[in-house]
Amino acid sequence: MARIDLDLAHAYKPNPRGDEDYALLPLQMSFADGGAYALLGPSGCGKTTLLNIVSGLVKPSQGGVKFDGVDVTKRTPQQRNIAQVFQFPVIYDTMTVAENLAFPLRNRGVAPDRIARRVGQVAEMLELSGQLNQRAAGLAADAKQKISLGRGLVREDVSAVLFDEPLTVIDPHLKWQLRRKLKQIHHELRLTLIYVTHDQVEALTFAEQVVVMTRGRAVQIGTASELFDRPQHTFVGHFIGSPGMNFLPAQAAESGLEVAGHRLGVAPEATRGKGPLTLGVRPEYLRLAGAGSQGALPAVVMQAQDIGTYWLLTAQVAGGDSLVRARLSPHEAIPKVGETVWLTVLGPRTCFYGQDQQRVGETAP
Amino acid sequence: MKPVNQKAWLLILPVVLCVAFSAILPLMTVVNYSVQDIISPERRVFVGLDWFKSVLRDDDLQGALIRQIGFSFAVLVVEVPLGIALALSMPAKGWHASAVLVLVAVSLLIPWNVVGTIWQIYGRSDIGLFGAAIARLGINYSYTGSARDAWLTVLLMDVWHWTPLVALLCYAGLRAIPDAYYQAASIDGASKLAVFRYIQLPKLRGVLMIAVLLRFMDSFMIYTEPFVLTGGGPGNATTFLSQYLTQKAVGQFDLGPAAAFSLIYFLIILLLCFILYNWMQRVGTADKTEAGHG
Repeated sequence: MARIDLDLAHAYKPNPRGDEDYALLPLQMSFADGGAYALLGPSGCGKTTLLNIVSGLVKPSQGGVKFDGVDVTKRTPQQRNIAQVFQFPVIYDTMTVAENLAFPLRNRGVAPDRIARRVGQVAEMLELSGQLNQRAAGLAADAKQKISLGRGLVREDVSAVLFDEPLTVIDPHLKWQLRRKLKQIHHELRLTLIYVTHDQVEALTFAEQVVVMTRGRAVQIGTASELFDRPQHTFVGHFIGSPGMNFLPAQAAESGLEVAGHRLGVAPEATRGKGPLTLGVRPEYLRLAGAGSQGALPAVVMQAQDIGTYWLLTAQVAGGDSLVRARLSPHEAIPKVGETVWLTVLGPRTCFYGQDQQRVGETAP
Repeated sequence: MKPVNQKAWLLILPVVLCVAFSAILPLMTVVNYSVQDIISPERRVFVGLDWFKSVLRDDDLQGALIRQIGFSFAVLVVEVPLGIALALSMPAKGWHASAVLVLVAVSLLIPWNVVGTIWQIYGRSDIGLFGAAIARLGINYSYTGSARDAWLTVLLMDVWHWTPLVALLCYAGLRAIPDAYYQAASIDGASKLAVFRYIQLPKLRGVLMIAVLLRFMDSFMIYTEPFVLTGGGPGNATTFLSQYLTQKAVGQFDLGPAAAFSLIYFLIILLLCFILYNWMQRVGTADKTEAGHG
């Protein structure tokens, strides 16, 4: 187990010129010993590259990696004592399930009775005990992936266990089960776990801290509620939540705030003197309001969908083409298509973003 | 009872016709010859299985068969491990990879009789590079004089000619292994030997099966190269089955015995391929299941 500090940048191409050439832009990050982290972002955002740099499969082109303060940039995964589980199951075809699980220990010369005990424990944990003597090659994809997970967890003394979208091939109902298993294992063993995924539900339920990444940049690190309530970057607002945050153009003026062409009487402290801004408000926090209410905008309802536990309202801000989405409780009176409604956009959870897409006003907690 | 769609037979008719004209009819001609004594184009006598009996008792043929099996065995033992080793040492990407691929494939592009001719000159101890070099080392080497030297030269020629095929097949098989396997092995702390034993070799099973079958069948039918190089000599030390067959059928025009022998030859290849195929299918799939139950 180890605390992991990163201070690096990476480009796969030699002599990178612009930001486009970098898979990972310069970043500084720390993973605390025993923490459960998720790297979350769309395909191609650099999260797998970051993971492979931590494990040592990829050497960063600039900067380095430290484990417990010791520079390990030049060390192999083996020397770093890392366990990693990949997106698709990797099993050794000619071995049985038990031999597969024992392989990382056997290669390190662990005593046979300790191997047997450890393999038994891991198999128990992953519910593979009944299949220990079967050939791994003949098993279904999810059982194979459990073997891969098992090989990642079989060593007790690892610096960290890294997961690269490990549940991609698993059926949805098993996904929940395995994710719960992983959380449980994390609680029992207190290993440092880093989990790469593009699925926000997976990231937010698994990890204590989620790193949101886009285009080679880590835009925010935080807990689920921080990412939800205080996105530090428009991308986080857009990527987290379903649907994502509503964004409206805003302009701070002497007499108040102008949002999507409408003048709102009040101007929050954070926006004063900031010029052109983007207002962000989550669909969950948009409320229906009486006509002319403070901090509310008129909008024409385009669509109202019943999503089961809530209604999803899509409306166009009057006099413009900005669309906003609102989640309404089914107990409210749901407006009809074509009606004009007033929606409160200014509230305690409304965020403002500057032209660099960064949140303004409040600094990161 | 399920209804049977008899029209389906029409769909396989073209294939049946093609196979009939390309394989079954010629084979039937051979069957026809094998049970008759062809005295002249007009005169023929039905002799039943006599040719089969006499051919099976023929010492020359038995000798050729044993030499043939020994040769094919030696070819497999040398070429398969060498091909794997070659494939493992070839570069995976970059211009080196293309250059090495072309170089390795060169010997496959040379016509068989030219291969024989090349080695005939190459192995001569007066002017041939190989033969002269061996002679310089003080070793008495002559592929025309010594049965052992002739054998080694034929084997060496086949290894030179065909190992690249095994190497190319294995190379393709190796490139098809996803990177994740090597990464996982590196994280699991596997040695190079363990990577070969537990990842590369099992993943090569499919292409190796094809390589072994191809090299076995080809070497079992070898004709041109030893014919050009040694003419089957010295004595009949390098007379393999096909050359023996050609001597009988075309040289002496013994159509009946030659036809009977062709059929036996065909059945031997079929049988050995069947055994090899089944054995290789079982290797690596069955052993662990049995161990698991045991």
